[in-house]
Amino acid sequence: MELFSFVDDIRRMDKRQIIYQILNFGMIISTALMIWKGLIVITASESPIVVVLSGSMEPAFHRGDLLVLTNHREEPIRAGDICVFRIEGREIPIVHRIIKVHEKDDDYVKFLTKGDNNNVDDRGLYAPGQLWLEKKDVIGRARGFVPYIGMVTIIMNDYPQLKYFVLATLGFFVLVHREN
Amino acid sequence: MHSFLSRLNTLFAFTISVLAVLTIGVFISTYFEKYHETVSIGVNKPIVKHMTDYSANRKKNDLGVLQLNLDMNLNQLFDWNVKVLFLYLIAEYVTPTNSLNQVVLWDKIIRRGENARIYLHDIATKYYFWDDGENLRSNNVTLSLAWNIIPNAGRLLHVPANGSTSFIFSDQYTTSRAASPKSSS
Repeated sequence: MELFSFVDDIRRMDKRQIIYQILNFGMIISTALMIWKGLIVITASESPIVVVLSGSMEPAFHRGDLLVLTNHREEPIRAGDICVFRIEGREIPIVHRIIKVHEKDDDYVKFLTKGDNNNVDDRGLYAPGQLWLEKKDVIGRARGFVPYIGMVTIIMNDYPQLKYFVLATLGFFVLVHREN
Repeated sequence: MHSFLSRLNTLFAFTISVLAVLTIGVFISTYFEKYHETVSIGVNKPIVKHMTDYSANRKKNDLGVLQLNLDMNLNQLFDWNVKVLFLYLIAEYVTPTNSLNQVVLWDKIIRRGENARIYLHDIATKYYFWDDGENLRSNNVTLSLAWNIIPNAGRLLHVPANGSTSFIFSDQYTTSRAASPKSSS
């Protein structure tokens, strides 16, 4: 059957071709990694691309939208900015808008956030006793927006079997594909 | 190009390519757009109260109370790459303890297709104007409006409007039951 011709191909591969395939695979992985790390350096943010997970910023952002962040030190924290932050002790980042800023002479800033679609500010979300956010909590400010693309990440997270299946299939085809 | 799977694969790849090109086209075609517009902001009866802020540090802080007049027509801003306009009015001022304070007093979401003409007179602020301390009396406060352009795809821009206004709070606390935010629904 045509479908299984690749099995004969594998048997015909000699050591050199196997090494070539493995190196090819390694090149793809390292290119992807370089692009990601390069983005981290350019944007100065530890996670420059985030997917919107909740509907608290509707109608601007919906679940599944993609945001591009920057976090340069020279960018001041100002009211109206859309900021992605993490609360101490929690790993899920939150995308909300800054509604209050109080900045001192020594550049110490404290600010309050609120989701556009929420009626109350985020003090109920902060850690017990925490009233303000600080620069260290910020992952970045949202600068760019691409709709719907992030849904792929959400689906893969909700159905991990799908993630393994896609990775396995991709890896399989990369290893087995031969330049004719 | 004859098996069902290869046809499906080609169709899928073509769809993704077309969507990507369209998205990039939408992004580039509005990259240099400035989205400027002029607005009119007015303030009535600014007073300062001294009350306990239960939403924050439970200490007595200054609470500014004022009424707003807002007049603007933003229909020109909606091009093919503007999905939502988020308007926000910022009160900006300086205090001895903080070199910069910004408090959002009012905001509004305008979706594409909705009427972007706003004429509001003598409205209460949407949010409480709490100071981080007790330094609102005699303070010179600047009110400025800005909008956040949410595109269909592209840059998230924050554009300040032309036409801000300043006012000075009185130098005395008001203790009477004068107009407070949200007293009229």
